[in-house]
Amino acid sequence: MLNIKNLQVGLEEEDKQILKGVDLNIGEGEVHAIMGPNGSGKSTMSYVLAGKGGYEVTGGTAKLNGADLLEMEPEERAAAGLFLAFQYPVEIPGVGNMTFLRTAVNAQRKARGEDELSAGEFLKLVRIKAKALKIDADMLKRPVNVGFSGGEKKRNEILQMAMLEPKMCVLDETDSGLDVDAMKLVAEGVNALRDGKRSFLLITHYQRLLDHIKPDVVHIMADGKIIKSGGPDLALEVENNGYANLLAEVA
Amino acid sequence: MAVNNPKFDTSEALLAAFRVPNGAKWALDARRFAAANFRRMGIPVKRDEYWKYTNPTGLTALPTPKAALFQNDETPMFDGVDRVKLVFVDGVFDAAQSDDLVLDGVELETLEDALSKDIHWAKDLFGVLEANGQKPVERPLAALNTAVATQGLVIRATGKTDKPIAIRYIHSDDTSDAMVHHVVKVDAGANLTVLESGPGAARFNSVMETDVLDGAAFHHVRTQGRDHERRTATHMFGRLGTDSVFRSFTMTVNGVLTRNESILEFTGDNAKATVGGASAGDGSGFHHDDTVFITHDSLNCESRQVFKKVLRNGATGVFQGKILVKAGAQKTDGYQISQGLLLDDNSNFLAKPELEIYADDVICSHGSTVGAIDDDALFYLTSRGVPKSQAQDILILAFLGEAIDEIDDSALSEGIHSRLADWMERRRG
Repeated sequence: MLNIKNLQVGLEEEDKQILKGVDLNIGEGEVHAIMGPNGSGKSTMSYVLAGKGGYEVTGGTAKLNGADLLEMEPEERAAAGLFLAFQYPVEIPGVGNMTFLRTAVNAQRKARGEDELSAGEFLKLVRIKAKALKIDADMLKRPVNVGFSGGEKKRNEILQMAMLEPKMCVLDETDSGLDVDAMKLVAEGVNALRDGKRSFLLITHYQRLLDHIKPDVVHIMADGKIIKSGGPDLALEVENNGYANLLAEVA
Repeated sequence: MAVNNPKFDTSEALLAAFRVPNGAKWALDARRFAAANFRRMGIPVKRDEYWKYTNPTGLTALPTPKAALFQNDETPMFDGVDRVKLVFVDGVFDAAQSDDLVLDGVELETLEDALSKDIHWAKDLFGVLEANGQKPVERPLAALNTAVATQGLVIRATGKTDKPIAIRYIHSDDTSDAMVHHVVKVDAGANLTVLESGPGAARFNSVMETDVLDGAAFHHVRTQGRDHERRTATHMFGRLGTDSVFRSFTMTVNGVLTRNESILEFTGDNAKATVGGASAGDGSGFHHDDTVFITHDSLNCESRQVFKKVLRNGATGVFQGKILVKAGAQKTDGYQISQGLLLDDNSNFLAKPELEIYADDVICSHGSTVGAIDDDALFYLTSRGVPKSQAQDILILAFLGEAIDEIDDSALSEGIHSRLADWMERRRG
């Protein structure tokens, strides 16, 4: 599904290398988690995959089902099936959440040569999915993320994911800022989308999230590289011992 | 009389270019008074302080600058609204294309008819609000209009009205030079909505004098559409009585030169006025100027000015907005915001917000900002699959939407919103 080879990325405006050769392969239907200390490059990797500006790819490749992600515009990556759940979802005053969702869904359908959803079809679909995430009509009517609580913003991200039905979901610290109940709700939303084909990359600081969403593979990232990969046990090891031992191991 | 001074030579030429109309003595007096005023002031020129940001040459030049006709196949604005439709072609009333001059709660006449009557209520308004509005800042183009305009409507709302009067201006001659003058009176406790769409002439000069009496409400929504080469100067003069409401909103898209002036005066207590505008300009041939002057001369009145402009490819937007609070106009609440969204480095937004306050118990605030599209919002939208150009338009519409929301009628504001969205979609191709 997602194949990242020796990805090297720096900042566009200053001479700073952030990713120093990341290798990562996620197969169809797999759930991978990336953990790592602050500043290790986890969020940068998610932004670079989604196509955010301000970064310069200095080497390596990133492919989604064989297609070169790095050559595509952000909207093309989305239409190709990539979805990034933002760590800090952006507030967009003046744009209704529902209008935004429908525009996004139909833009992707159009890009893929599919028929656009009618207003009625869309409404029916969004009501079902919103209900599962306890998103009420008011939240759908309000401007995108404006005045949403931290938990509402993250649930709204998962709603978008559910509506857009991507192939490859990257969740950037979706657990940050969530209380236990909200995390459960978000995890349920994610688990509902696990269908054996859709793949996930969870970026997280804590093992907590992984109690709710069971990963197949856990990677540890440090200083712009993946330094260790393993099973779910690796996350427990981090939870118990911190990163110090792991970092010492590879040093 | 100054000799060889273009400011005055051109004013004579302009007065001569329009046939000074006949009419009742009071109308003739008002026209002569305005003509004398115009002679004294001369035409506006770029070195006048009030025209510092907008070169008025195209509004006064003779012969009339040509404006190629703009053809389009879109549904005329406000066609979906249940209304009394009144049509002006190149600034001349066209009875054949118009509905009958009949509306419950309203007396409706052409300017020509009203000004030929020896006794008419319009005597107390025609040229009067315009003349009042010449102080402290001169508005020569409005005086010229009063002096020579033969076309327009005289509207008096005497009770509750349930339909708007929709004035549609059609441009059919590429050198038409229109002078349109409307006189509007909203009687105590009455209400009236006037819609305008156009402007329909190569050069269009309009004045609307509106007297909103005690407890009355006047609502004005105007669209100035995609007629690329036309030039426009408009003046809205408004006088507000006690407990009255005045709302005016204008959307402007394209046009080589547009100057919209709103001059309002609060004369009664507890009244409210809102003047808003949303404009979108593309190309160095776009110059759009909103000039507002609001005078508070009574107690506890509230005024709002909300103007937003989106500019690209060398377009220029201007805002000059003033709130004057006279001595004794206590508890005034004046608010003013003007914002420019620049889509590139070649475009300009020039703002001159002014407050002049002689009362000590007032709230007045003003703000003016210039900015670009928010990159984070743009990335968020594109990351969800919305193409960049569409995402940009969504953000532009959201920006303009804050001004469009000033329209206190959801059907009208949605109509404006969706028309703008259509235009943007068409532009994207």
